[in-house]
Amino acid sequence: MTAPKTLYDKIWDAHVAHEADDGTCLLYIDRHLVHEVTSPQAFEGLRMAGRKVHAPDKTIAVPDHNVPTTAGREDPAQMTEESRIQVAALDTNAKEFGVHYYPVSDVRQGIVHIVGPEQGWTLPGMTVVCGDSHTATHGAFGALAHGIGTSEVEHVLATQTLIQKKSKNMKVEITGKLKPGVTAKDITLAVIGETGTGGGTGYVIEYCGEAIRDLSMEGRMTVCNMAIEGGARAGLIAPDETTFEYCKGRPHAPKAGQWEQALEYWKTLFTDEGAHFDKVVTLKGEDIQPVVTWGTSPEDVLPITGVVPHPEDFEGGKVEAARRSIEYMGLTPGQKLTDIEIDTVFIGSCTNGRIEDFRAVAEIVKGKKIKDGMRAMIVPGSGLVRAQAEEEGLADVFREAGFEWRLAGCSMCLAMNPDQLSEGERCAATSNRNFEGRQGYKGRTHLVSPAMAAAAALTGRLTDVRDLI
Amino acid sequence: MEKFEKLQGIAAPMPLVNIDTDMIIPKVFLKSIQRTGFGVNLFDEMRYNRDGSEIPEFVLNKPQYRNAEILIAGDNFGCGSSREHAPWAIADFGIKCVVSTSFADIFFNNCFKNGILPIVLPQEQVDVLMADAEKGENARMTVDLEAQEITTSDGDVISFDVDEFKKHCLLEGLDDIGLTMEKKASIDTFEAQASAARPWV
Repeated sequence: MTAPKTLYDKIWDAHVAHEADDGTCLLYIDRHLVHEVTSPQAFEGLRMAGRKVHAPDKTIAVPDHNVPTTAGREDPAQMTEESRIQVAALDTNAKEFGVHYYPVSDVRQGIVHIVGPEQGWTLPGMTVVCGDSHTATHGAFGALAHGIGTSEVEHVLATQTLIQKKSKNMKVEITGKLKPGVTAKDITLAVIGETGTGGGTGYVIEYCGEAIRDLSMEGRMTVCNMAIEGGARAGLIAPDETTFEYCKGRPHAPKAGQWEQALEYWKTLFTDEGAHFDKVVTLKGEDIQPVVTWGTSPEDVLPITGVVPHPEDFEGGKVEAARRSIEYMGLTPGQKLTDIEIDTVFIGSCTNGRIEDFRAVAEIVKGKKIKDGMRAMIVPGSGLVRAQAEEEGLADVFREAGFEWRLAGCSMCLAMNPDQLSEGERCAATSNRNFEGRQGYKGRTHLVSPAMAAAAALTGRLTDVRDLI
Repeated sequence: MEKFEKLQGIAAPMPLVNIDTDMIIPKVFLKSIQRTGFGVNLFDEMRYNRDGSEIPEFVLNKPQYRNAEILIAGDNFGCGSSREHAPWAIADFGIKCVVSTSFADIFFNNCFKNGILPIVLPQEQVDVLMADAEKGENARMTVDLEAQEITTSDGDVISFDVDEFKKHCLLEGLDDIGLTMEKKASIDTFEAQASAARPWV
């Protein structure tokens, strides 16, 4: 009998196209997602070397980082010259190299990590890469998915493989049930708060346990999305009925006869009893509270009931980092997190730009108004998410409450398009990074769940959503 | 790719932990479709005031570190995004080697693709190198990739580990794609088998 394998082991083994004596492998890539920021130099490299895209049918391109999210964005004047050139380069490259493409004018356009699953490109057991660290999102399907650099983008375009050495296995188990007001975002932030942003370095994480099983696909994508913020190469969740149900009928999911064959294979994708994990972290679902970040690293996580820490509470290099963060964020040690006033709310991104996220927001804000003077923006992850939210009446709820209801894109998650914070502005954001300058020069970001962001939009300060439900 | 063999140069100390890729190269500079020209914006928001003037306290603005070729950095260097613009900016500035107690995975891989050697060492040894770097331009370190050794300005020798394949590629300045193309037969065979076993992919 063969040794018991983890889910990661199984997917890895099924994709090794070549293994050298020193363990360096060529890992075959099933899906290559491409966006405009990290791909132009890669396509240019192909052109210079006279190379083609090895598997254009497995390559999917969509512009998302630079695109404006306001009406009339087809007008190139809405973009800066540089953004326009970058998007135009993707247009040209997609056509020239013959890859699947969703241009800005296509209703299916959106954030690459939302479009992939939505269109059924992402399926269990696959290897998925993209020149974007949040490729980890696709791990929610039990696919091995991770970000790569532009040189690697070029390598995958040219060879459909990646030079890799295997990572170690890490298990993150969330036992039991979540309390009301606690969401997938709180799980993933709480895990990073526990492990630190370097805690997953060298590992592929498999998330498991009852609280993970109970999540929808949207929630699972939120959890896996931030595996990279914990330093892991990828995050995985074993596929189950929830996964299969989500995939069924999607445009690029297997059809008719092949569906049964695929399903049979997908049902083998789980960690065997007794398989070895090099590191295990366990959290109790009922212990997780709605959380918020206070600093400029995603590991700076505290329950909303907490207070801004003192730098001296930390050890080693983190003391100086915490001092710098607190100063950058304009906070005072000992200050209650619920006393922090905010002026901007951003709801969207590949972390929380899906329909379920918007339903959660609508539930909190329905029939209410956002705080006077608040700038609050909701940016759907794709044109189809936007359409569905319109159909479900969520968009009306948002507009009536005073939110700006935008078109699809990465938007203020990384602020490469016109959606940015100004110096000193403070934002409750459902995105994934609170780094210095991330949402705009000297802008201040507090990472929260969609429900918490909605609560903050109503009150004008960081708020415990449990007080509103 | 340029070969990396032996480097003797000034090392700049950056003890801050969790230096992320947004700090290394802020997103406003990601809009280029070229691989070059990012060095002037390396660490932009830490290095310049909003009006473009230099912040004199920032390490790479200090006269003794302006020509640094080695960076001694705090833990978890390069965390955050996959942007290869980060190592492009580092290389374009002239830094060819970064030493830390740990690196983020994607950044670490990206370095090797651009002729930059990232070296992981235990805290005590990084502390020794950090102290040496603090001495300024008179303290030149030597990084010998072939021998896998760093020699401090005082002559202390510190050994480091590096993946054999990555070392080979750096020493020879090899192009990954060319190497992989040599294994095309294996890829084609795998592709045919995988396509038969999982035709829906």
